[in-house]
Amino acid sequence: MSAVRTFVDLLAARRAPATLLARDWDGVIGVARSEAMLATLAYRLVDADVPRAVAALFADQRAAAKVAQAQALWEAEMARRALAPAGIEFVLLKGAAYAAADMACAAGRQIGDLDILVLASDIRRAENLLLKAGWEWVKSDPYDDAYYREHMHELPPMIHKVRDRMIDVHHTILPRTHRITPDALALMSDAVKSGSGYAVLNPADMACHCAAHMLADGDLQGGLRNLWDFHMMTREFALADAGYWGKLDARADLHGLRAPVHRAARLARDLYGAELPGEWDRQDPADAWFRRRLLARDDWGRVTDPLLEQAFYIRSHWLRMPPAMLARHLWTKWRKR
Amino acid sequence: MRHSTRIAVGPVQFRIGSDWAEPIAALDRLYAGYPCDDARPADATVRLFAARPWRRRLRPSVHIGGDFIVPDALPLPLSMGLLAAEMGMNLQVALGWRRHMLLHASAVAKDGRALIMSGESGSGKSTLAALLGEKGGEGDWRLMGDEFTLIDPAAGDAFAFPRAVSLKNDAIAEVAAHVDPVRLGPLLAATPKGDIRHLIPRASAIAAMHEPARPALLLFPRFGGETAIEPMGEGEAFVRLTEASTNYVALGEAGFAALTRLVRETPAFGISYPDSATGIALVEQLWAETAR
Amino acid sequence: MTDRTYRAAPPGALRIEPLGELTAIFDRRSMQTHLVVSPMPEILEAMGVDPCGAALLASRLAASFDFDGDDDVQPILAERLDELAAMGLVERA
Repeated sequence: MSAVRTFVDLLAARRAPATLLARDWDGVIGVARSEAMLATLAYRLVDADVPRAVAALFADQRAAAKVAQAQALWEAEMARRALAPAGIEFVLLKGAAYAAADMACAAGRQIGDLDILVLASDIRRAENLLLKAGWEWVKSDPYDDAYYREHMHELPPMIHKVRDRMIDVHHTILPRTHRITPDALALMSDAVKSGSGYAVLNPADMACHCAAHMLADGDLQGGLRNLWDFHMMTREFALADAGYWGKLDARADLHGLRAPVHRAARLARDLYGAELPGEWDRQDPADAWFRRRLLARDDWGRVTDPLLEQAFYIRSHWLRMPPAMLARHLWTKWRKR
Repeated sequence: MRHSTRIAVGPVQFRIGSDWAEPIAALDRLYAGYPCDDARPADATVRLFAARPWRRRLRPSVHIGGDFIVPDALPLPLSMGLLAAEMGMNLQVALGWRRHMLLHASAVAKDGRALIMSGESGSGKSTLAALLGEKGGEGDWRLMGDEFTLIDPAAGDAFAFPRAVSLKNDAIAEVAAHVDPVRLGPLLAATPKGDIRHLIPRASAIAAMHEPARPALLLFPRFGGETAIEPMGEGEAFVRLTEASTNYVALGEAGFAALTRLVRETPAFGISYPDSATGIALVEQLWAETAR
Repeated sequence: MTDRTYRAAPPGALRIEPLGELTAIFDRRSMQTHLVVSPMPEILEAMGVDPCGAALLASRLAASFDFDGDDDVQPILAERLDELAAMGLVERA
């Protein structure tokens, strides 16, 4: 069995860790690292029967993940200090949100940039306050800069001068030029307060965003990790609320995200063994294409199907902008290489 | 990957994969004397790869990768594949190791205590450590490492990372004069870092690579200057060592506690010296005066 | 000039270790290490649980520092407080 399938089976608890040979761990650890999920695996297998060297590595990873999570949440705190006095409300998104809400998928999860959602009407003021508080622009290329402002669903990325950490300020969760246009106002107004005091998306919106980010937005980079987030959060939400899947369906419909949300659920079933209610538990031949992409890692952690990767890159841009714009954008990008 | 090998250095188990046989063969020769445990899973992965399949044979150039990759890094010609492998090993440890605080420093040990020398490339830390490690009989200084020294955050001990020592330019002849030629790797001429030859550590140093040593002296050497010794305060030593650590930040409070303890418990000096013999003499003098 | 007030970090948040001429401060909330010199450690120690501005700080620190009719003290302390806020060690109240 390939390392990536073993890795997925370990996460899904379909495979007992004690059945792995020493050489199997090389591949599993390599794949986990390449998917930025080694600490996730380390938490998943915290009490498992693994070789001593692996247990030591896992312990290192869990300790490091705690430090990294504190650093990431501090960025949220500093953003709050910059924006709250001016009355600008924001909603935490993605990794920082999962950590702030103490969700199961936050355990060991690597958090990169701080992603926050603000009202479109607040974005200029937010930009100025962040600049005053020590953040500065990252992208210096005028073409990318203009593209970001005109068409993307966020300000160009900013990085803090001293702390060297990035913040992405969004006003919707998908680009303005995207074919799908989620209801940004609803996302903000129906946000909920987490235990730590930060606003996060409500459970249905959170899963919608996760699916959107994975399938409708990105080129499936980090797919296994995002899918794991989706699987863990929907499981957690469904356990707490018997009507969750129905609410998720309705909310996905409101945002025009029914297709990616349902696809994410099926992929979570296929890879991680998620249990889905009847209406969700379908088969769609197109899912095979996504499964292949998600599992396209060899035992040395490399992407095995570069053509497939390229196809997804083009597809992600196709979804983001009208065809004429796409051609112009890609031409300009390729000319610069 | 077509060719591969496994190497354990200190607490780190590497697996190294390569699109070519030559770098693996060179590594196997250098590390033949190191203990081998096939049953132990790898902590770190290094990959030496061709950017395009046809670049395996046509003007072969080696890209360095693995768990961590530096984007836009320039590849090396296949003739320097061994250097690429060593750089790859350094990279994975520098970016991925979390069990100990990593210091960009060489170290040697005597009687269970460690002399740690921190500095950038060109400071002379590797040459000094190599020369000290070759001194006298087998019971004198033990080489712990020329590139990284590991500090255990819990108890504060120093641990060895004794990979093959990277000797550069003039240091090659200087060290070669003291050792059996069989302990030297091939000459890699005109690399981006100058001429390089690797020195295989003494068998006793390899055998003792898991033994901790209590830090007893911290030196910040500067090669090429008037002979001088300057005591260094705790504050300055702390700042210099945070700059010399690749994973200090990632360790959180454990790193802070370890570094605070290290600078409080270990006397520190800056030393400058015009040649190795003077450098060695300064080191021995300070060790005799201060190491407890 | 309005005297901005700042709130100190909650108890236990900061680990303060003097290292000779420097003071190393580890902020357990941010996992950051700050290296500071006088008067930063003294300012942090002089801040109580209630919000505190430059004027109040000046009077608290007058005992340990010789200000002696120094008119610049408050603006200087205000600057230092601002710097501490940028580091995250204190927060605008």
